[in-house]
Amino acid sequence: MSLIKKAFQICKKEKRPALLTFTVAGDNTHKNSLEILKSISPYVDICEMGMPHNTPVADGGQIQNCSHRALKNGIKIKDIFKITNQYKKFKFAKPIILMGYFNTIKQFGEQNFINQCKKNKVDGLIVVDLPWPENKNFAAKCKKKSINFIQLVAPTTSNERLKKIVRDSHDMVYYISMLSTTGGKLKVAPKKIIQNYQKIKKLNKNKNVVIGFGITEKTIASLKKADGLVVGSALCKSITDSVNRRKKPAIAAKKMVMKLKSKIA
Amino acid sequence: MKIRKGIPVIDQHDKNYMYGGKFGGNFIPETLKKPVEDLTILFEKLRKNKEFLKQRDYYFKNYVGAPTPFIKLNNLTNHLGGAQIWAKVVAEANGGAHKIYNATVHALICKKAGKKYIVGDTGAGYAGKMLSMAAKKFGLRCKIFMGAKDIERQKPNCDAMKKNGAEIVPVHTGSKTLVDAVSECMRYWVSNCDTTHMCVGSTVGPNIFIKICAWSTAQISRELIVQVKQEFGKIPKKMKLINCVGGGSSALGFWNSFMDYNKNQVEMIGVEAGGPKNSKLHAAPLSTNAKVGILHGAAQYVIQDKEGQISNTASISAGLDYPGISPVHCFLKDTKRARYTSATDEEALHAHQLVTKFENISPSLEPSHAFAEAIKIAPKLSKDTVIIVNSCGDAKKDRDILKKRLGKKI
Repeated sequence: MSLIKKAFQICKKEKRPALLTFTVAGDNTHKNSLEILKSISPYVDICEMGMPHNTPVADGGQIQNCSHRALKNGIKIKDIFKITNQYKKFKFAKPIILMGYFNTIKQFGEQNFINQCKKNKVDGLIVVDLPWPENKNFAAKCKKKSINFIQLVAPTTSNERLKKIVRDSHDMVYYISMLSTTGGKLKVAPKKIIQNYQKIKKLNKNKNVVIGFGITEKTIASLKKADGLVVGSALCKSITDSVNRRKKPAIAAKKMVMKLKSKIA
Repeated sequence: MKIRKGIPVIDQHDKNYMYGGKFGGNFIPETLKKPVEDLTILFEKLRKNKEFLKQRDYYFKNYVGAPTPFIKLNNLTNHLGGAQIWAKVVAEANGGAHKIYNATVHALICKKAGKKYIVGDTGAGYAGKMLSMAAKKFGLRCKIFMGAKDIERQKPNCDAMKKNGAEIVPVHTGSKTLVDAVSECMRYWVSNCDTTHMCVGSTVGPNIFIKICAWSTAQISRELIVQVKQEFGKIPKKMKLINCVGGGSSALGFWNSFMDYNKNQVEMIGVEAGGPKNSKLHAAPLSTNAKVGILHGAAQYVIQDKEGQISNTASISAGLDYPGISPVHCFLKDTKRARYTSATDEEALHAHQLVTKFENISPSLEPSHAFAEAIKIAPKLSKDTVIIVNSCGDAKKDRDILKKRLGKKI
């Protein structure tokens, strides 16, 4: 069984949604991004880590800021793998999902990238601009190496597409809560989001469906019926604030994650 | 890879919307899949609809002003000695550049889709200016995304956008030029695709935007082929069609009707932005051996580093200052139907000076790149060779740069 699936099982036993976080690799430094992961891990179920790209078409301001900072500090793909490798040796290490844009993978070489993921214990991949069915080939290559390819579903996804996407998905499906880039204000009623979420669950209750985009300390409790909830931009903002005040981002991130956890535990 | 005859080049993609199995496609976030699909279905319907075509032709004739002039540049030809140099003066179109075709068609589609808001990106400011004009004409609310650097260097067009009631959204990320404006515009559409229509300003982006844009600018060669036949009685034996390429929208429109001719008879030459002399920041992915990467939803030759990060480019011409290029141009390059080269900032400036000295037209810095190539090759060619340059933009928008670089007032 994959570590991702296992993480969801544990949460189900504890009758709570899984808490997933998103931080950017190399933000604001290689060392700090690893520190952040370590400090939040005891409270988190799955860690997503962004591979910074300089022309992102789906990221809002907060994540763009973090990516920009990481790139400015010279983060490279090989460093990202190094971070995951170092992180996975840590006692509280959780499953790790790399999230990014397809050009990063294409230039690295698809198979080469997947092999490095395997070698460095990456558990899953989210590729923002490689939708279904364009991702069929790549997702199959991931599966071969037991790496979870995570399908995204949006409010605009038609029922017919939804069926096919869920059919082709691995252990986890990511539902985008609203029409927005990352970090937008939650502009849809939580009730409506949960309705859409249940539509996906109905197709296959064995798939773990997480909700992301626009989730903050304020909104997280209202969505706790889901299998998992992803907090990205809110966390990235706390890291940015901390970096700007010359404080330790790992501490700020930990504080926020503890608060998030308390709202859904 | 092969180009087929009798099929519009924009339709020569496979079921994944890839040209030559390698360029284009729809590398977009899931959220945009449905809006892109809806737009694709709507456009396929409209381009076969006689009523819609009639409407398009009506506005092209009475609003854009068709046909734009086709003239011989006698003085320049005599000065250079060699091939005849002609110009298709698309800059005479309403608004002063070819961007009006795409903007008009997008405004019409937006109306048909029942949307009231339209957004677009712009580099030189022409795409934005024209979209603001079309939006005003058709009663649509309009937002234009523009790099902060471009806002500074293309002020006249910004003034025009504001006058037309459009909101200009300055983009401060990255290089603060066109590439960032397109990203920001796409991000805005991700958040507002239920109420808003997006117009991509060139033949780049997800496949449907490439198609709509090239289908719109095709008006240029539909006019030109008639004008050429009127002038010469037939298509001349040796003809060269020279066009600047940034995203590639004017070139695809300028070449479209001539695509099926043998390349020995009708040669197509695309001129990219070489940037400042001795600079390495060429905005010229086709003439500098760039690798295929993904930018703004499509696979294309793109200026990037080993890690797949899109590189900064520099060009005196904001309209050509883009690290990517239309997937259709990539296809034309690899099938060898078109040939691509570049001109430096200095060569473009010199060409602008020479053309305005001898002729009564004032090409903007973008087509000045095309003129630079014409000036370079004309003296070596025979007198029966016909060079046609697409003078696709007017230099009014460049008055500040020209004044600075040439001490010249327009």
